[in-house]
Amino acid sequence: MSVDAQTVRRIAHLARIAVSEEEVGPLQGELNAILAFVEQLGAVDVEGVEPMTSVTPMAMKKREDAVTDGGRAREIVANAPETEDHYFLVPKVIE
Amino acid sequence: MNAPVNPKKLIKGGLHDWEVVIGMEIHAQVTSRSKLFSGASTAFGAEPNDNVSLVDAAMPGMLPVINAECVAQAVRTGLGLKAQINLRSVFDRKNYFYPDLPQGYQISQYKDPIVGAGEVLVDLPDGEAITVGIERLHLEQDAGKSLHDQAPNLSFVDLNRSGVALMEIVSRPDLRSSEEAKAYVTKLRTILRYLGTCDGDMEKGSLRADVNVSVRRPGDPLGTRCEIKNVNSIRFIGQAIETEARRQIAIIEDGGSISQETRLFDPGKGETRSMRSKEEAHDYRYFPDPDLLPLEFDQAYVDGLAAGLPELPDAKKARFVADFGLSAYDAGVLVAERSSADYYEAVARGRDGKAAANWVINELFGRLNKEGLNIEASPVSAGQLGSIIDLIGAGTISGKIAKDLFEIVWSEGGDPHAVVEARGMKQVTDTGAIETAVDQIIAQNPDKVAQAKEKPTLLGWFVGQTMKATGGKANPAAVNALLKAKLGIE
Repeated sequence: MSVDAQTVRRIAHLARIAVSEEEVGPLQGELNAILAFVEQLGAVDVEGVEPMTSVTPMAMKKREDAVTDGGRAREIVANAPETEDHYFLVPKVIE
Repeated sequence: MNAPVNPKKLIKGGLHDWEVVIGMEIHAQVTSRSKLFSGASTAFGAEPNDNVSLVDAAMPGMLPVINAECVAQAVRTGLGLKAQINLRSVFDRKNYFYPDLPQGYQISQYKDPIVGAGEVLVDLPDGEAITVGIERLHLEQDAGKSLHDQAPNLSFVDLNRSGVALMEIVSRPDLRSSEEAKAYVTKLRTILRYLGTCDGDMEKGSLRADVNVSVRRPGDPLGTRCEIKNVNSIRFIGQAIETEARRQIAIIEDGGSISQETRLFDPGKGETRSMRSKEEAHDYRYFPDPDLLPLEFDQAYVDGLAAGLPELPDAKKARFVADFGLSAYDAGVLVAERSSADYYEAVARGRDGKAAANWVINELFGRLNKEGLNIEASPVSAGQLGSIIDLIGAGTISGKIAKDLFEIVWSEGGDPHAVVEARGMKQVTDTGAIETAVDQIIAQNPDKVAQAKEKPTLLGWFVGQTMKATGGKANPAAVNALLKAKLGIE
């Protein structure tokens, strides 16, 4: 498996990372090197083996349905560049 | 999916008849105190960002921990949809960027949802019933809310809804008209409300629909579909489908083709329009969420939840028909809301079930609708309405007086038996008293008496006069019999 220049631009766009035209070539090389490295795993026969989800067999931890958090709007928006009445303000996005 | 085509459901185009094919994705907010993966409240209407934890705001290092009740609610809903419950399901990340999605991904379920295939029985207004297949139900997080009208160049973001648990319920493309689609959502909403797993409040956004619409010539393979996003009332669902189907038919009949896309319904303009901006973003790159282990439980857990389910609308309707002798239609009206069904049962218990249904549906529902009240706010209790029916049954009051009595109890309250006593509303069955009134009317109207011999329909006029003279309290059967005898009408 390998990626072409167009795929690199697409991945960058989907990840909202600005990639200049000069960077596309080198990034393509790096990504293909990573993919080739990971592809070595394809040599292992995993026929009939369940995908592993945890190193030790354990069940997912669950919470009780109780309100234990919230009421901290000031903290929630504390790092936002712009706020008003505890709303986050962002550049206008509209359909 | 390939059921015989019902010609009545086809839409007439300029050139041909067209069949519309509809599938729905319903987003139903899970009824729970706290969110799917955090301890923040789900309450509606809080101050901006007040019901937000650091998990919901996607602060670095925060980890999701699942709410056990949301899992139970999803399983209950699956059972209510007669669906397969998957003892093992997996949470995935659905990746996209939007300001009201601080994580940059929505935690959802993709390949392995908690609930698999099921079905919903839908009654249509014309008495026909259809079975709509459910493809799956999965748990996922809701996003926050953006307000775009507060400032010219800024959007305001409130994350109170961010992380609230949703059930996405996906139907098969089994619906063939806007009527069927509306009936399906109505029925699904009823089931959810019976189960107590979603309050179904569409105004507050607890139930939203994405509607997939395509058209085809009867017998053809499925056409290309368009998805109409976020339709938030049952009426609008119907309008959106009609509008979209006609748009597609016009394009195809003009020799064009439909491109698969996401559209928005604008109820004000009565049109759907393309959401072009989102088209390119449809690459969600799902992968299993590494923060969450697979969701696993055993059959005993499912059985325990099944044992605690309430009687559901289909079963209740069948029981009302069998036990109370109701028509399927009346039973359907009564079970549409659990509170209505409970009210009816309290009235009908130990009484004539049909009479109880008539009073509840015609008098009570009619009056509640007029006043814009729901049954919980009814000024007349089930006990009071039962007493009114008892008074009619015992012959103490006539049906006509009963309606007056209902009005008094509605506006003033009180025990119907006591009201009847106190206001002298008892029906006069004493033939002597009725006879006096009848004789008086006959004596006063010799011309009408003469006419009545030729024209027996005049009897109605005499009945009316007698009822008026007795303040409506005369027993109508006795009045009729006496008048017929005295006027010589057969």
